Amino acid sequence: MDVLLLSRLQFAATTMFHFLFVPLTLGLSVLVAWMETRYVRTGDETYLRMTKFWGKLFLINFAVGVVTGITLEFQFGTNWSRYSAYVGDIFGSLLAIEATIAFFLESTFIGVWVFGWKKLSKKAHARVAWLVALGSNFSAVWILVANAWMQNPVGFTMRDGRAELVDFAQVVFQKFAIVKFIHTVSAAYVLAAFVVMGVSAYHLLKKQHIEFFTKSFRTGLGFGLIFSLVVFILGDLNGVVVAEKQPTKLAAMESLWETTTRAPVVLFTWPDPENERNAIEIGTIPGLLSFLVKHDVNAEIPGLKDFPKEDRPPVLIVSYAFKGMVGLGVMFILLTGIGWFRRNKLLDSQLFLKIMVLAIPLPYLAIQLGWLVTELGRQPWIVYGLMRTSEAVSPIATIQVFTTLFGFILLYGLLGASGFYLIVKNAKKGPKEEERGDTTDIAAAEAVA
Amino acid sequence: MVLQSIWFFLWGLLWAVFFMTDGFDFGIGTLYPILGKTEEDKRMMINAKGPLWDGNQVWLITAGGVTFAAFPLVYSVMFSSLYTALMLILFALIIRGVSFEFRGKIDDPRWRKIWDTTIFLGSFLPALLFGVAFANIFQGLPIDRNGLLQGNLLTLLNPYGLLGGVLFVALFTMHGALWLCIRTEGSLQARAAATARKIWPVELGLAVVFLVASWFATSLYGNYLAYPALFLVILAAVAGLLGIRIFLAKEAYVKAWFSSAATIVGATFFGVVGLFPNLFPSTLRDTYSLTAFNASSSPLTLKIMLIVVLLFLPAVIAYQIWAYTKFSDKVTLTDLLDDHAY
Ligand code: HDD
Ligand code: HEM
Ligand code: HEM
Repeated sequence: MDVLLLSRLQFAATTMFHFLFVPLTLGLSVLVAWMETRYVRTGDETYLRMTKFWGKLFLINFAVGVVTGITLEFQFGTNWSRYSAYVGDIFGSLLAIEATIAFFLESTFIGVWVFGWKKLSKKAHARVAWLVALGSNFSAVWILVANAWMQNPVGFTMRDGRAELVDFAQVVFQKFAIVKFIHTVSAAYVLAAFVVMGVSAYHLLKKQHIEFFTKSFRTGLGFGLIFSLVVFILGDLNGVVVAEKQPTKLAAMESLWETTTRAPVVLFTWPDPENERNAIEIGTIPGLLSFLVKHDVNAEIPGLKDFPKEDRPPVLIVSYAFKGMVGLGVMFILLTGIGWFRRNKLLDSQLFLKIMVLAIPLPYLAIQLGWLVTELGRQPWIVYGLMRTSEAVSPIATIQVFTTLFGFILLYGLLGASGFYLIVKNAKKGPKEEERGDTTDIAAAEAVA
Repeated sequence: MVLQSIWFFLWGLLWAVFFMTDGFDFGIGTLYPILGKTEEDKRMMINAKGPLWDGNQVWLITAGGVTFAAFPLVYSVMFSSLYTALMLILFALIIRGVSFEFRGKIDDPRWRKIWDTTIFLGSFLPALLFGVAFANIFQGLPIDRNGLLQGNLLTLLNPYGLLGGVLFVALFTMHGALWLCIRTEGSLQARAAATARKIWPVELGLAVVFLVASWFATSLYGNYLAYPALFLVILAAVAGLLGIRIFLAKEAYVKAWFSSAATIVGATFFGVVGLFPNLFPSTLRDTYSLTAFNASSSPLTLKIMLIVVLLFLPAVIAYQIWAYTKFSDKVTLTDLLDDHAY
């Protein structure tokens, strides 16, 4: 094992772990803020209890999201120092802007939200919830702009052996960044919606807290249905920009070896990189790929053979991850669609509710697969077409990375286990029957003292 | 030149504010096994910083991000050459961050015991290691032409580095004890105040030794001798230290806390001013040192970042001050009953 491989493993492990928690933060922050606003608008106590119950799950998840994020902020310097020196002029500023604009907002107001129930007016408290949601979602903007730049570097010039910024607006507003942002954030909303629906379904199956969880389920359902569609549409657009800017990635996603006009989508393939062909191809739909990514059935799509071997990404994982993601995406639309028709007779839909409980892990899977497509599909480049991953790694000792990789696996294993255990435990416990009002609280406090 | 110099001082300022804010969180965590006698004490201590620690920690993330943005070469050389030390800090911060949230979620003494330990370790270790790291930066490290450190973790654990570590621990525990004086009452407050009074002579002693040792171990005083007006920075730190003692005696804890804040900012700037324009000095050869001028980003990036910072940092400071004023009253038992409290 060398430093490069270990560093890649460490980066993959730590980002993928971070992104187990990020999507729920992004989605649930919005849902909780929405619930609290409903409470303030309607005065309906159920919404207050919903805010508190889902808020609690949000907070446990948030804690792990925050601490795993810190690792990433520093890992570019510790493990990818050559990369950092090469692109810091552009990439570093995006990270710094993220911290200044988004993390402060998110982290300062989360504290106010948690501890401010009695200190702020109802309205102000709900507004704080929106500030947290805004902060989280802003952070996604900047980090995804940074990631989009690695996929498709723009707005720079090479000077003194490094990439220097020449057009900031071009970096921020490039198509790649916009499409990536909407696709990723909508995916996060889908995930949060499925968590809310799944946990609600669990309780509805047990016939407990029926009003509470029916309301929660429907809240998640509307959100989930809309954003499953958005993810789908933006997924297609994502494919279009990839086709335009990263031909090797597109070819790997579809395991397309030969350059073809009327390029097909093949439903099942088993790529055989040794012999540069697919060992198995079943279910060929001619012209569909050309149509999807170029909006013209006759368009020519370059195949992998057009590119030197050392410039090709790993085909097998990328193509399977892509198919898995898309398959799951279609399934989410079906599930939320069925849910929409059953929304008024949820309690009679035992089978559907059971499926929704079991479906909780699926958006997590889809999201991880999505990142695998994006990041592995970009290989062997760290900055597409500009810098190779092998040139980016820090000149540090193998043993150092080995030790920390081991440490991360151990620590994150324990963290992940505790975090998910606490979320599941609190999710199963359900809401408190009755939120005590201020007066009873004080009486109880005196009883303690 | 001007842009780069501005960024140098903003860089110093971000670190200073990080130490000033998250410093008391580290301090409270370090004092946690000593002052947290009962379960109630412990929860009071955690909830005293509960609403603020997360926002405080972002100063670190911003300081890191700004190092990357304004001085990418420093970010890359410093963080990779201090790899092991930095990773230790990260591990500590990770366990600290989840401890507060996890600890109270299961009502079992063994479970809480785990997180009691991590709260202490996750606060004490970063306090110590940041001190060690900064003292070593003040002193310079054997960085070669390619930006590689000729040494390892043990190179950092030299006497001056360790002195810096112990000094930071003292500064932060004082800061934390004073924050507890502000936000708690009764026996916990009395013990926090007593602890602060005990720390004070230690802090003073360490500060004096550090100032003297810096004369021999570093070349920080060069800038001070060239521009004697700069001695005001050291004076501010010393005045803060004296202020702590005076206000402690008067039980004016808010003022004492601000004095302690001045000490911490002063101590950080003592080094930052002395370093200028070096960000990461090499002890092997002057020309290997990374400075504000040879390690910075392009003027365009520095300008854009300056605009961002000038637009948003004042807003951040304003809403953080607002949050501090909201949460500077006493933590009460009723607060502990809230479902979302730590
Ligand atoms: C699409 C969104 C997204 C992506 C791709 C990433 N993050 Fe993240 N990050 C968030 C969205 C987010 C968030 C939603 O804002 C988090 C997650 C949980 C949380 O509390 O905030 C967060 C937390 C978080 C924190 C702690 C912030 C705080 O204390 O408030 C840091 C330092 C980072 N992240 C840094 C990174 C880096 C360097 C990444 C790239 C490798 C990264 N994140 C990927
Ligand atoms: C949070 C969601 C993300 C996940 C799950 C993810 C996943 C991965 C994976 C699996 C790899 C390993 C690829 C390999 O080395 O074979 C990787 C590499 C990498 N990714 Fe991401 N990534 C995410 C976000 C980002 C973002 C937002 C950025 C930059 C802003 C980024 C930058 C990098 C870098 C620098 C590497 C290391 C070099 C490389 O191997 O290409 N990643 N990521
Ligand atoms: C339904 C059809 C879908 C299509 C056609 C699609 C398409 C794509 C494409 C082409 C990419 C790669 C973009 C790049 O490399 O830059 C991608 C990435 C990604 N996908 Fe999907 N996707 C779909 C569904 C989903 C679903 C259901 C989820 C999760 C709930 C998801 C989550 C992601 C994530 C997190 C990424 C990485 C971030 C990014 O690059 O945008 N996708 N998707």
